[in-house]
Amino acid sequence: MKSTPYLLALPALLLFAAIVIVPLGMTVVLTFHDWGQYKGIEPVFILKNWREVFSDSYYAEMFERTFRIALLVTLFSAVFGAPEAYILSRMRSPWRGIFLLVILGPLLISVVARTLGWALLFGGSEGLVNKALMELGLIDTPLPFMFTETGMVVALVHVLMPYMVLSVWAALQRLDPQVENAAIALGAGPFTVMRRIVLPQAMPGILSGAVIVFALAASAFATPAIIGGRRLKVASTLAYDEFLNTLNWPLGAVVAVLLLVALVIIVVGANRLVERRYGQVFR
Amino acid sequence: MSRNGPLALAYHALFVVFMLTPILVVCWVAFTPEGFLSFPVRHWSLRWFYAIGRYPEFVSAFWRSLGLGALSSALAVAVSVPAALAIARHQFAGREAMTTLFMSPLMIPHVVLGIAFLRFFTEIGLGGTFAGLVLSHIVIVLPFALRLTLASAVGLDSRIEHAAVSLGASEATVLKRITLPLVLPGLVSGWALAFINSFDEVTMTVFIAAPGTETLPVRMFLYIQDNIDPLVTSVSACVIAITVAALIALDRAYGLERLLVGKGSHGR
Repeated sequence: MKSTPYLLALPALLLFAAIVIVPLGMTVVLTFHDWGQYKGIEPVFILKNWREVFSDSYYAEMFERTFRIALLVTLFSAVFGAPEAYILSRMRSPWRGIFLLVILGPLLISVVARTLGWALLFGGSEGLVNKALMELGLIDTPLPFMFTETGMVVALVHVLMPYMVLSVWAALQRLDPQVENAAIALGAGPFTVMRRIVLPQAMPGILSGAVIVFALAASAFATPAIIGGRRLKVASTLAYDEFLNTLNWPLGAVVAVLLLVALVIIVVGANRLVERRYGQVFR
Repeated sequence: MSRNGPLALAYHALFVVFMLTPILVVCWVAFTPEGFLSFPVRHWSLRWFYAIGRYPEFVSAFWRSLGLGALSSALAVAVSVPAALAIARHQFAGREAMTTLFMSPLMIPHVVLGIAFLRFFTEIGLGGTFAGLVLSHIVIVLPFALRLTLASAVGLDSRIEHAAVSLGASEATVLKRITLPLVLPGLVSGWALAFINSFDEVTMTVFIAAPGTETLPVRMFLYIQDNIDPLVTSVSACVIAITVAALIALDRAYGLERLLVGKGSHGR
């Protein structure tokens, strides 16, 4: 029957139409409504909120910060996560399983608890991270981590690292160790093996991991809220403030819609790029 | 096979320290006798574990999170199964668009969903209710449920069903005796992944939960916005302990390495 697949998917379709498409549409409409401290939300059609976000440099700075942090988090998690995934893939059972669990396990623990751990480690000049860095002779004076972008980046790298390791790990599972051995037998040094054999095969994993980490870092909420405090805002914490503290819902909706549009463009674009370059690997 | 050199193992050790330190610090600070968050801890006390009992909001939020995760994941799986069968078995107009739609909650920032749900549920009178929480959680965990049910539906050999039909089985019997048992492993792992994501969700839920319908992560987040005492560390330590216990139980039952590494990997 021709209608069978539609009937099968009908419950999910109805659910998504009612609970995803309608609310998102309402949010877009909301961005054009007016708002005042005393009159509340007025259902009119004006461009005031959009104009405010595009003309006030505060919002440009905030979006720049959001995407700068996301980019740094993506970079660091790729640079540090990919080698770890490779080391893991070369381990023997049972160590491989144990350490895979140790590294992916934090995903099961609330992001609030993990970020609180970093807040405790950073905690002022007396913080453990600063003490360790000074004792190692890496820095002379304590670095500010709380309420700074540095702190947000460190905590977010920790929170999102499992996604990168998992993604590279999955790509390396397809790597046949015999190819490495063949390269060594043919006289390739360890550096050449790494550059010519391992890295090209890990690259699709690194890139798809990077897309996931970037999207999650740009829309992260709890970690920037806890580490950044009330002053250092990113897009999601600003939208939260507008909705639940200032109560200027239309303005908060503009910030949210802009974040969504920017992310969709970046993620879809990156996916296209990855697929064009490495399409054959995914098939 | 090639082994990891000492340099690689040193790097690995540093990496593991990086991943575990914040979590261990939270558990350590939970045992402080002080009335404020301080580190390192010099004396030990269970004071903040007893304090959880005097703050029933955390306990009720924990049970609510469990119930919400179990219910919304079960409903998400129930909706996913027919949708997965449609996508895996049929070629039809709009198939790609439909898959993209069902996977979209993965790509939409949860803060955007939170805002959209807050406005929507307030308008239709579900603001701050448990029903609203369940509906919104079904949507955000559905991609996880669908992905795993889809994987097992694609792997399903339809000839087995045809054989059953030709042997005289009714459509209901085929569904009950053949199709569902074959996709069951996918359903179970889909449910588990959905549950984990529902249980940890904070960004979207913080918008739509009201005092009385707060989940555990939301209660913890709001608590550290207003208070700086070690109560959240002891609550976190309990949740971490429960998670580790659940993992150990799962390992005894199924073997975690098999689940994580998969049977098909090279026998290195």
